[in-house]
Amino acid sequence: MAMLSFEKKYRVRGGTLIGGDLFDFWVGPFYVGFFGLTTIFFSALGTALILYGAAIGDTWNPWLINIAPPDLSYGLGFAPLRDGGIWQIVTICAIGAFGSWALRMVEISRKLGMGFHIPVAYSFAIFAYITLVVIRPVLMGAWGHAFPYGIFSHLDWVSNVGYQYLHFHYNPAHMLAVTFFFTNCLALALHGALVLSAVNPQKGEDVRFPEHEDTFFRDFIGYSIGTLGIHRVGLFLAVSAAFWSAVCIVISGPFWTLGWPEWWNWWLELPIWYWR
Amino acid sequence: MTKQNEDDQKAQFKDNVIVAGSVLTVMIGLAVGAWMIFLRPSVEADQIGYRGVAMEQVAFADDKVAAAAMNIAPEEVYELEPDDGSEERAGEIYENVQVLGHLSDENFNRIMAQITEWVAPEQGCGYCHNNADGEIENFAGDYNYAKIVSRRMFQMTMEINANYDAHVNSIPGTGQAVEVVPVSAFDGETTVDAIAVKAEGTIVPGAAADDQVAGVNCYTCHRGKNVPEYLWFKDPGTELEPAEEPFIGARNGQNMPVEANGYTDLNTDPFSAYILRNEPARVIYDEASIGDDNESLIMRTEHTYSFMIHMSKALGVNCTYCHNTRNFSDWSQSPIQRTTAWYGIQMSRHLNVDYLDPLQPVYPEHRLGELGDAPKANCATCHQGNYKPLNGANMVSSFPSLWGPGPVELQDPALSPEEVEAKLNAN
Repeated sequence: MAMLSFEKKYRVRGGTLIGGDLFDFWVGPFYVGFFGLTTIFFSALGTALILYGAAIGDTWNPWLINIAPPDLSYGLGFAPLRDGGIWQIVTICAIGAFGSWALRMVEISRKLGMGFHIPVAYSFAIFAYITLVVIRPVLMGAWGHAFPYGIFSHLDWVSNVGYQYLHFHYNPAHMLAVTFFFTNCLALALHGALVLSAVNPQKGEDVRFPEHEDTFFRDFIGYSIGTLGIHRVGLFLAVSAAFWSAVCIVISGPFWTLGWPEWWNWWLELPIWYWR
Repeated sequence: MTKQNEDDQKAQFKDNVIVAGSVLTVMIGLAVGAWMIFLRPSVEADQIGYRGVAMEQVAFADDKVAAAAMNIAPEEVYELEPDDGSEERAGEIYENVQVLGHLSDENFNRIMAQITEWVAPEQGCGYCHNNADGEIENFAGDYNYAKIVSRRMFQMTMEINANYDAHVNSIPGTGQAVEVVPVSAFDGETTVDAIAVKAEGTIVPGAAADDQVAGVNCYTCHRGKNVPEYLWFKDPGTELEPAEEPFIGARNGQNMPVEANGYTDLNTDPFSAYILRNEPARVIYDEASIGDDNESLIMRTEHTYSFMIHMSKALGVNCTYCHNTRNFSDWSQSPIQRTTAWYGIQMSRHLNVDYLDPLQPVYPEHRLGELGDAPKANCATCHQGNYKPLNGANMVSSFPSLWGPGPVELQDPALSPEEVEAKLNAN
């Protein structure tokens, strides 16, 4: 595998979190590390179990393969493999793989002397997943409240959980999460467009620099957050989207069991509506 | 102070802030965790569909206990008297008995005493039998609007128990309508199976155990009150002509959070279209369509949605009690409860159209709605937040008089008020 001329000097040993220099080497472009190995172990085992679940299931249609959690009657106990036990082990594997992936990011960051922004950001996605399959089910008392692994089946789960609360668009945390997702798209599109418009000119034109980028936004909306700041905004918007997604589902059930529309009655009951 | 010391102090201060912040965060975390584990009310869920489909009824355990406690059926105050049909009938003893004339004297008085407990426990007999001066002049006279309404309500109760077994589970066995309850059915037995056997030929005796029969009586809706707590009237905001409302204020029957629509922006009158008029609550088109051929406009979808939210709130359940929401319209994917609910919609419409709405001229003004319409029933009228009203108590087995209309020849014909007056004077 080809390597860029300067790349070699960043391939430093050390900085591992566990096991000293165990697996502290590269394979081609990839750093392996202890957590690279655990990632491979968990994802291979999890994938194999999903294939096993599909093999004993009804279909090989990739849209319809369904690895479902146990019945609610199993509570927080273990279920037989065919009755949701596969789902339980796959969940352990998934958390193991995602966690290992994040810790491998930490190790690489340490080797390079960088901050831990990347693993922290990625952890918000893991947090959202763990909220769905561990935190909320534990708070509600059964693994069966978690979502099934399958393309159509997880969509059916999303639909039914939404309608358990009559109209999920009234969930305040869902409102925030959706708003962050859309704002995230807007910000990323504006940022990408701005950078391309400045540093990727037509042939014969000059490259523009941050002064131009800042001036564009000052002319446009009176303020430019700057070249570093826009990345803080991007990180904030993206992790907020994941965070509020996790909040919107964990409050549905453990902390609110009625329709979401009537949660807003506190707003309707504020003493500010008598003017009419 | 040297520059070195100053820097050290700053670093020390920074460390202290970090330690204090961490300790505070951990303490808040522990407090929240402890609350979640020890103090938060526990959640109970009933699974309906296949595992992982998330068709489940979720409720706080203490809410469930409170709801069950608020929906206890009363003990019957007076026992059913044996009646072999040989005694004189109430219609022969008393004047102007139009719907309960086939009962024995004892059982006629029993049901009269019982309805007093169910509907007017504080006012007593006078609530229906008082004349305009507030005195019981004569029990037979139709002096009081409440008596005329109750007579119709007896007929309505008989209609429900006789013909809506599919919704109220009033008859042991399945799906059989009672045309007329024969006098031989009233001979004092109070268990459903025994009554069913005696009434053989009219009611099909079934395997249904006593505790599976529910049916309805006056208490199902009234709960000891003169007027049932949950009724509906037409919504003035829906009935206004567009020109009567300024453009800004024209809310097109929507956009006003009220109890009927579950405090959403959906239709404020979810009822008229479906349980007064006969519009189908059917909006899902079976083909992908972006053309003009899809009649299910978004407004109709929202209208249906508001009615469905009413059903959910009235029954204390969520949408997945009757639907797999991946395909609302597909009966083959729906729980059996949806069939029961469908009969309920048909029943509510029939009761509103043929029993409740036509009573409008009988009521005094204070019983009418803003638009002058009669009080009408919806799902909440009986259900009151429980998917089985009164926790599924058997309301009908020991009241054969409410199973269905008795033989016509044993009833007095309906008379005009003048005719009633004349008949009373003649005696």
